[in-house]
Amino acid sequence: MNKKVVVIGGGITGMEASVQLSALGYSVTILEKESQLGGHLKDWTVLFPNLRKGTEIVSFLEHGLELQEVNVIFNSKINEIKKINKHYEIIVEGRKTLVADAILVATGFDLFDAHRKEEFGYGIYENVITSYDLEKIFAKEGEIRTPSGIKPKRIGFIHCVGSRDEKVNNHYCSNVCCVTGVKQAMELKTLIPDAEIFNFYMDMRMFDTHFEELYLESQKKYGINFIRGRLSEANETIDKRIVIKVEDTLTSRPLKMTVDMMVLLVGMEPSKGTKEIANLLNLKMRESGFLKPEDDHTMSNVSNMPGVFFAGTCSGPMSIKYTFTDARAAVTKINCFLKEYELQNRILVN
Amino acid sequence: MTDFGFTINKPRVIDYDNTDKRVLKYLLAHEPSFNSCIFCGSCTATCSAGNFTDFNIRKLKIFIRRGLTEEIASEAEKCMLCGKCFLVCPRGVNNRNIILKVREALTKIESHEL
Amino acid sequence: MEEKRNIWKDYQKEIADDHYYYVRSCIRQSFFPASEEFFLKVLKDELGKDIFDDPNHTTCTGIGYHADVVPFETIMTVVARHFALMKESGYKNIIISCVTSFGIYTEIIETWKHFPEVLEKIRENLYKATKREFDIPLNMTHSSDIIYKFRNEIAEKANYKLINQLTGRPLNVVEHIGCHYSKMFPKYGVGGAEFPLVLAGMIKAWGGDVIDYPERRHCCGFGFRQYLVQANRGYSAANSKKKFESMEPYKPDLVLCNCPGCTMFMDKWQYTISELEGKTYGENNQGVPVLTYEELAGLVLGYNPWDLGLQFHQIQSEPLLRKMGIDFSPEDKYKTRSGIQMPMPECPANINF
Repeated sequence: MNKKVVVIGGGITGMEASVQLSALGYSVTILEKESQLGGHLKDWTVLFPNLRKGTEIVSFLEHGLELQEVNVIFNSKINEIKKINKHYEIIVEGRKTLVADAILVATGFDLFDAHRKEEFGYGIYENVITSYDLEKIFAKEGEIRTPSGIKPKRIGFIHCVGSRDEKVNNHYCSNVCCVTGVKQAMELKTLIPDAEIFNFYMDMRMFDTHFEELYLESQKKYGINFIRGRLSEANETIDKRIVIKVEDTLTSRPLKMTVDMMVLLVGMEPSKGTKEIANLLNLKMRESGFLKPEDDHTMSNVSNMPGVFFAGTCSGPMSIKYTFTDARAAVTKINCFLKEYELQNRILVN
Repeated sequence: MTDFGFTINKPRVIDYDNTDKRVLKYLLAHEPSFNSCIFCGSCTATCSAGNFTDFNIRKLKIFIRRGLTEEIASEAEKCMLCGKCFLVCPRGVNNRNIILKVREALTKIESHEL
Repeated sequence: MEEKRNIWKDYQKEIADDHYYYVRSCIRQSFFPASEEFFLKVLKDELGKDIFDDPNHTTCTGIGYHADVVPFETIMTVVARHFALMKESGYKNIIISCVTSFGIYTEIIETWKHFPEVLEKIRENLYKATKREFDIPLNMTHSSDIIYKFRNEIAEKANYKLINQLTGRPLNVVEHIGCHYSKMFPKYGVGGAEFPLVLAGMIKAWGGDVIDYPERRHCCGFGFRQYLVQANRGYSAANSKKKFESMEPYKPDLVLCNCPGCTMFMDKWQYTISELEGKTYGENNQGVPVLTYEELAGLVLGYNPWDLGLQFHQIQSEPLLRKMGIDFSPEDKYKTRSGIQMPMPECPANINF
């Protein structure tokens, strides 16, 4: 009989890993808490760095699931996970208990809740939106309007919202917001050619292939402006526009600017589901709440519980590209484990 | 007027909504490479004038971006036009021509052509 | 207001219901002399509370502390003495009548929490100097917290509302809580630091509209070490000017202040700005009245504005009184309680009285 793998979470990581595991001959079940697969991907219309449609990636993943036989349980809530000898029993509310020889945790991230940055006025000033809200505006098609209903002439993007910020207890960088700011600025400029668009940043972290080129293109071709200074507070004017207050660190002077719409580039946090599963399985977490591998260099994807692996953004912020890579890497680890290859216990000499 | 022994300080904040973008607009029309500047400062580091005076071409470019015309005028005259700043620029910004165009813009502003 | 509820629920502090020990402000007794008297009167007569105004307490020395002439250890010992006096008179809840003092008290209590050895040192200092011992208060509030707590009771007894009787519309009220009320420790302020509720709650309860203008959070410029040196006062006034410029489009009917220093400077700098720059804020160049929360509560409850000391302000409040429909007697404005005419102040060159 085929060995059984249960994948918790049906986002990019869960879907891709399931396809690969199934192709290797394992019997795979995805436990998804929502009523559909795809995770956050379905909320993003166009992806960096090449501005392809998000739906293309979804269809690629779905096609994989069609090719392979993967069992998906939607709307599932896991109540308990028990370790019995060498396998796990997963108790899903209202369902038959699942047995797994290996578990892949792929519970992903939650977007940072921008309400927590009180001084930025999200939820209070109507023309303060998040990068996620802007994607929904893009998805609607038609002319871009601010929440107040006007065609925006000036738009400000705020980087590092909920990232690199001790005040919200998130010390880490969310990796994808810088390039998202560049991408969304270019999209807006395409839709509203006479708009002035500003990105307010601490550092532009253009680390990956083609990111820097996209940044250059946004300046050269689209005339996007970049001001090095972190938002201190935002205020509302009498006509509901937003006053941005930063230090223009390159002139060493405070700067204020009124914009028609302010977009907060919200970062990633370990998802609620990640924390729940970590508690059920006693998984080690970093201070940030993301899952912690047994060794940062050599044991990525390997948890402290034998037979439990993890991949994707439950272990830290990453882009779609790295999510795919990480999912496939975890599959290799799971395969070694189930085939009882002794590769995992190699010796580290100090 | 009563003498209080003090006057009210002028604000240091750059009030972007109310600054003068004429030089910026002129420059973007006549030297589009200006858009590619990331204010890394390699131009300033190599600047002959900047090594012995307080001239800072990187800062001048920021003043242009922010529309601080007074500061632009006092900076733009300090350049000696050697061209090394263009040579070192990692993003191909024609700094030398920027100075020439800024001086042009300032003359036009003075003669009310801009 | 509705959308701010989520923030406010995170910053609800406990405010004791009765039996208070009261410590006064230095500045308020000179510049807004009726405010503290009225606070005691409202608590005792209108609300029937037990409050002790102890003649033995002193300044907290906060002005000296912020001007770098009183060391932290000294001010901690002065505050410890107030706590000792409170203990001796049998009280556990303290009301502080000044935002500067309140900020200092919160700073000290937080310091003691994190550095218990400092607390022990101060106990020793106080004992050596005075043979007194003290307890940390069970409940510590700023006097505006108390008015906030009883804002609805005051609204029930109100004779006047913050509504323009000529237009029927709510008055536009600017609230200014003062930096040291909650910027250092948001948890000690009602509503926190970014969207504070303490004054906004009173304004809403009494019928007015709260203005949220772009420089709402900005400091008034008081800042101690600035205004103490004449040459630096231009910096101080510039801060108030920034605020008045920013609130101008909203046509504020009044500014409601929390802190003695802010009330004084927001009021008096309007005169300075009018003299130095010829600019006068408010309708008809009359200035924008700046009131303490007790003065506003007094007007709402129907007290005589001259008994509330409004004539002691730089900016006169008659336009506000007329808007609220308050019946007042202009000829009594500069008379003592026994009816003796006091000297009348001169009218400034650029402010219409």
